[in-house]
Amino acid sequence: MSTRHDAHVLIVGGGATGGGLAHDLALRGLRVTLVERGEVTSGTSGRHHGLLHSGARYAVGDREAGVECIRENMILKRIAPGTFECNDGLFVAVCDEDLEYLEPLVEGCTGAGIPVQRLNAAEALRLEPNLNPELKVAVRVPDATVDPMRLILRFFATARHNGADIRPYMEVVGLLKHDGVVTGAAVHDHVTGKTGEIHADLVVNAAGPWSEKVAAMAGAQVPMTPSPGVLLALRGRYCNMVINRMHKSGDGDIVVPQRGLSVIGTTSWVVEDPDDLSVPEDHVERMYAEGSKLIPALRDAPRRAAWSAARPLVGSAAAATGRELSRTFQTFDHAEKEGIEGFVTITGGKATTLRGMAELCADVVCRKLGIDEPCRTHEAVLLPHTAYYSEAVAA
Amino acid sequence: MSPDEHPPGGPAVTSTAQDDTRRFRVYRYKRGDGGERFEEFDVPVGPHTTVLDALRWIQRHRDPTLALRHSCLHASCGTCGMQVDGREELACVCSVQEHGSEITVEPLANLPVLTDLVVEMNGFFARFPHEHPIIRSSAATEDGHNGEVHLEGEHEVILDLPSPVPLYHHPLHHNHRAAPAAVDFVRLEDCIECGLCLSACPVAATSQEYVGPAALAAAERLLEEPRGVRREDVLAWADRPEGVWRCHVGLECTRACPADAIPAERIMALRRELTFGGPDDEEGKR
Repeated sequence: MSTRHDAHVLIVGGGATGGGLAHDLALRGLRVTLVERGEVTSGTSGRHHGLLHSGARYAVGDREAGVECIRENMILKRIAPGTFECNDGLFVAVCDEDLEYLEPLVEGCTGAGIPVQRLNAAEALRLEPNLNPELKVAVRVPDATVDPMRLILRFFATARHNGADIRPYMEVVGLLKHDGVVTGAAVHDHVTGKTGEIHADLVVNAAGPWSEKVAAMAGAQVPMTPSPGVLLALRGRYCNMVINRMHKSGDGDIVVPQRGLSVIGTTSWVVEDPDDLSVPEDHVERMYAEGSKLIPALRDAPRRAAWSAARPLVGSAAAATGRELSRTFQTFDHAEKEGIEGFVTITGGKATTLRGMAELCADVVCRKLGIDEPCRTHEAVLLPHTAYYSEAVAA
Repeated sequence: MSPDEHPPGGPAVTSTAQDDTRRFRVYRYKRGDGGERFEEFDVPVGPHTTVLDALRWIQRHRDPTLALRHSCLHASCGTCGMQVDGREELACVCSVQEHGSEITVEPLANLPVLTDLVVEMNGFFARFPHEHPIIRSSAATEDGHNGEVHLEGEHEVILDLPSPVPLYHHPLHHNHRAAPAAVDFVRLEDCIECGLCLSACPVAATSQEYVGPAALAAAERLLEEPRGVRREDVLAWADRPEGVWRCHVGLECTRACPADAIPAERIMALRRELTFGGPDDEEGKR
């Protein structure tokens, strides 16, 4: 544990971004309060398909993202042991057209430092007998399955253990501003029904696809394009590895096993309001159709749930489907951007890179507060998720 | 209905008839706010609307102060447990079509209510056998593929229930059809720690001391796949009046379980072990 600092940081948003940041800042010895309008991970972060990326999905078009994923993949497996099914993933070619993606995939992964192993059809079917028997070739990569909520709860648990005040059911209804400086937030406490204020030396907006709305409370601008995708969970587990389609990112290109479920993802479109997510039935049908090209038995598997989650894409609304926008993240220091002091936004990114995102944002926060403490999150083993609840009682 | 008030959980409806509305009676409680009560909301529903969709619709269009827990929206995280018309359900997979024109929603029983539909889950986790610390870890080996290492605790380690275990089939399981293990695959535990079994348990309703079905089922899992824990310790923890002998075999826990973790059967397996098993004749039994 590092020196305690008096500087108080208020984080708005209890998802992967806020959880990672609360943990990082608490480890650096800062006073941290985090508020979330609902339960933690109730926005985008809890709803993803449960893939811990190897980086292979990005390595072809965006080597930097691939490098970032494999690095964070290895770090998370080390600091959050027990939270992943480390069964690897397969990219499978199920038609001749898919084969065109084979060499770019292998080269991209090799260039990004992602270990790959080529498998012929017989070898792949021996590993995963339910795969489409027509498959041509497969590539094995170190993908893993993650329980999204429980991974993030481990960050919250450890942050709490290190003194952070994590407040779910506490909704920010306004940001306090004096002379162009953000000094805290007005909050509504959904547990007591009371309204109050939380003062801080710095406020960090970590609200994911809601970042634009939170920034607007400070008169700041964060261009977000919330991009929902439909996911489909089917009863029964038909594979043990993550099964990816060997072509460029598209609808229904992945099957992720989760306990006794198979999750097929995903589609992509754009909306203005991340609270207004629908589940179009034709998207559900597309998940069945595309998923069963990878594993034919999924066609007859009973539906357990279909849902939507909004990716927090950074950029303006010119995008048509969201796939044009980068999956990387950005930190906005609103002092530099538009002269608003005391207010930083971190948004974008994906669950696999939550620790790395938090590290870079915490660097910005510490620099602004004049604190010189190194990041330690790459080596600190996280408490188990259950400690999130017991630490709440201890606090 | 305004254009953005489409039936939750379905597509925005344009021209098709959508006049199916259900009345939700929702339990409300805010600390220091004049006690508990039910409030009623009429919610438009479609063929795939779930109880959770409806509650989130109420939050968005009628009352933003309604507090509830949810995360994954597909019965994997276990946070949205509640009582729907008196039965334990995960709201995210509870279809309104299986209920009538009026639907009553209450928090889980046998756990303290924090606010509205939110219960304090520490009351659930506190029942687990903390004296059997286990954490099973997986780590990347040198070639970047995955091997397993065991992590010695440098801090207090708590029973980490859903951590990955070797692929395994319980004879009473019927809905898992994973591929045969050609290599040493691991998988997360079935139990999603939702608390439905505890809420449904008639014995837990009358006894604060009873450790309850989830904790006992977790203990039985340790006998099947010990992860370094001594069998005798697990059995000793279960073998007490507030442990395995308190169960009245109402089977409500197994009925309520949304993840097929079969807690009642596991409690009976523990009893069988305590009655017929034991360290002396272990060799012949397992």
